[in-house]
Amino acid sequence: MKHTLLNKRFSLLASACLLALSASAVAEKIAITGAQIHTLGSAGVIEDGTILIDNGKIQQVLDADSVPSGYREIEADGKVITPGFIGALTSLGLEEVSLSAGPVDARVEALPVSSVGAAYDVQFAINPDSTLVPVTRVEGFTHAVTGISRTGQLFNGQGAVIDLAGDFTALVKANAFMHVNVGDGGTHANGDSRAALWVALNQALDEAVFAAGTDLSPTEDWEGMITRADAKAMIPVINGELPLLITADRAADILQALALKNRYENLNLVLVNATEGWRVAEQIAKANVPVILNPENNLPGGFDQIGATLENAARLHKAGVLVAIGMDTHNIRLAPQHAGNAVANGLPHSAGLAAISLNVAKIFGLDDTLGSLESGKEASLVIWTGDPLEVTEAAEQVFIKGEPVEMTSRQIKLRDRYLNRDPAKPVAYSN
Amino acid sequence: MRFTNNKKVGVALVFSALFLAACSDDKQEQTAPVYDKSNPFPSTYQRIESAPVVISNVTILDGVGNMIEQGAILLRDGKISAVGEDVSIPSNAIEIDGSGKWVTPGIIDNHSHLGVYPSPGTQSHSDGNEMTGPVTAEVWAEHSIWPQDPGFQRALAGGVTALQILPGSANLFGGRSVTVKNLPNRTIQDMKFPEAPYGIKMACGENPKRVYGAKGGPMTRMANVAGYRKAWIEAQEYKDKWDEYESAKEAGTAGDPPKRDLRLETLAGVLSGDILVHMHCYRADEMAVMMDVMKEFDYQIGTFHHAVEAYKISDKLAENNVCSAMWADWWGFKMEAYDGIRENIPMVHQAGACAIVHSDSDIGIQRLNQEAAKAWSDGKRAGIDIPKEDVWTWLSANPAKSLGIFEHTGSLEAGKNADVVLWSGDPFSTYSQAEKVFIDGAMVYDRTNPESWPVSDFEVGQVGQGDAK
Repeated sequence: MKHTLLNKRFSLLASACLLALSASAVAEKIAITGAQIHTLGSAGVIEDGTILIDNGKIQQVLDADSVPSGYREIEADGKVITPGFIGALTSLGLEEVSLSAGPVDARVEALPVSSVGAAYDVQFAINPDSTLVPVTRVEGFTHAVTGISRTGQLFNGQGAVIDLAGDFTALVKANAFMHVNVGDGGTHANGDSRAALWVALNQALDEAVFAAGTDLSPTEDWEGMITRADAKAMIPVINGELPLLITADRAADILQALALKNRYENLNLVLVNATEGWRVAEQIAKANVPVILNPENNLPGGFDQIGATLENAARLHKAGVLVAIGMDTHNIRLAPQHAGNAVANGLPHSAGLAAISLNVAKIFGLDDTLGSLESGKEASLVIWTGDPLEVTEAAEQVFIKGEPVEMTSRQIKLRDRYLNRDPAKPVAYSN
Repeated sequence: MRFTNNKKVGVALVFSALFLAACSDDKQEQTAPVYDKSNPFPSTYQRIESAPVVISNVTILDGVGNMIEQGAILLRDGKISAVGEDVSIPSNAIEIDGSGKWVTPGIIDNHSHLGVYPSPGTQSHSDGNEMTGPVTAEVWAEHSIWPQDPGFQRALAGGVTALQILPGSANLFGGRSVTVKNLPNRTIQDMKFPEAPYGIKMACGENPKRVYGAKGGPMTRMANVAGYRKAWIEAQEYKDKWDEYESAKEAGTAGDPPKRDLRLETLAGVLSGDILVHMHCYRADEMAVMMDVMKEFDYQIGTFHHAVEAYKISDKLAENNVCSAMWADWWGFKMEAYDGIRENIPMVHQAGACAIVHSDSDIGIQRLNQEAAKAWSDGKRAGIDIPKEDVWTWLSANPAKSLGIFEHTGSLEAGKNADVVLWSGDPFSTYSQAEKVFIDGAMVYDRTNPESWPVSDFEVGQVGQGDAK
């Protein structure tokens, strides 16, 4: 190690501050040394390793504490490094304030363009200036899956994947998934009964299959239940190009969802919630269907969640199901705490970390660039003060595509304004 | 650590001892309530008898600012009998080795809607907001509470030994709250904390104007404030009338008593100081206005609940002796929650004001220790370094003060109710869990013994009965 002890102590903070000033500068070569690196790749956990970053990508992860020439070193001795976390199911960029505060793009009122909600598409609605973006990224999140939370129709439309760098190129993947709720929550807009909802869902899928071989031009006849715009959105779902997220809690609902693959074999299914998933874990694993869940849901909120347990995540993982964690918007930043509580209730720690990074990338087809620290992947990663699943630890420096982000947010600025308030003058004159 | 008796007692034996003790009549206190008009729904709570319990070799946070490493605590006859580095151990004591574990006072949540918004959350169970008028001081939360809410058991597994159950926040005056011991039983009277005073739920800001804006008002914040003041004027008149009557009665010159009015009776109870004020209020400016209304009508606001902007006026909250019950990090779900910051709780504490961690959630109530841990560490990183032994005041002592029960519970001090949690490790860690929970000296939850887990009637005969929850 070339640096003196004194340098070591200050270099991380200093370099982060310097770089923050030139966030748009040409990506430089960076070597982060000394940390415990959770690669989530084949290298596993590396103690005292080095990550080389070049041109926004991870060049190499070394099992050694050494720095080749030409790299600016960031010392992270005693710290922990993980891939940037990915919000698994959020409405980030679509919602600023939830209630009585103007349009929320994550909530859709039905329009004639769509009869079943499939056509709605959030890619046009992303606001990278949302204050939620920095609030979330300073806590170790580099990306988020974002979508509509309510349409009052069958489908919740098409979601997207964004990065949280906060610039106008936030959209990483448009048309990243389609979402439907087949549980109690989904029945409300669908005849108040599963007996109606499933017929509508089957009909929509059948029509999409038919539409795939049809000219959907306005000059041609189309008398389907779904609109032409819905049909266009549904064809990639039928083909398996778009994952179909199915929110289901009750074990029977989960099995109905899995049975869809018997009728539409190319479907790329993802279960959401799966509150009683542990009861049919073998079937879920056998169908190779991943689950996005909140491991803290342990109350029978309705008659489709009677079997709720804190051990759901652990039991599903043990059965071989790929588990992702993280469903919220303003507080998606608490997903590491949720994952930590899943670990406290039996999920292995490595699976807890994967649940908020690699597994999310896999579900949305992003794992060739995101989700683990391996050569050639995007250098979106986080230096933590310690175990990120511990509620008392924090992200110290976040990198998105090789760039250190400024570790501040509107909340931090508000805090500092009141921590440093000068009682002699109105607060509006503070920084 | 001095042992007068070194026998090892297994967990199963502990429970059978508790059970036997509870079955023996001779030790039961005869506390059958005498009907009292001024207390029409008296508590019928009875503690579970238990042999003395000693937890030793354990790290103790006493809840009032002290940490004892390698300490011991003795629970006897429902009370905390001794706490220290060394306690004497009665020969019949159940001994628990606390090596590597921590002991704290039971967590007290002063903001819960368990039972009034129970699980399952059906419309038929929605009993928390009397949204038929902005002033419903006449309703009492205890008349809505369903003791079979499975949420009580989940909260117990999180180390919660007492909680305040409040009406919702739709109304300027939502009604009376009630403080209960977290030992669900057949009736709400069985749960009522015997010595706890009543509270009243009031609400600032967005909720009342959203609910009543199109239903005759208030539709603005200014009408909210007019509504409180109008109600206090009526309450003062009512109180004066009754005070006059009582004086005349003493002098033997009384005529007919004034007509009772349930709404004004509760409000007059606030003015006389018998009923504590719990006010849902997010914004700093609104809290400041409410503290002026408080002075105008000479009552005390005990606690602002949610108080998302408390950090902006922490000096004023300290001056006015008003507690703030807060979340660690909830924000943004409405405009009045937009300025939430993670350091709110430590900043209030640093100003010398009374800080409380509350849940307002059937999920959040299960890990309030983690909420405090987050606030503690966020404060620390911002330069507010509060020792863990002081942080625990947010979870037990301060909420107990806010509920008027601190002389009975909320700290590990000799003579107080033995409401105690044994944690599997440092409760500031995500991975630590409440392992054993004691209410009035009886072990009412033991994570290591599934046979002992309480199950609500609702969950009997259902999928997952008795499962790890």
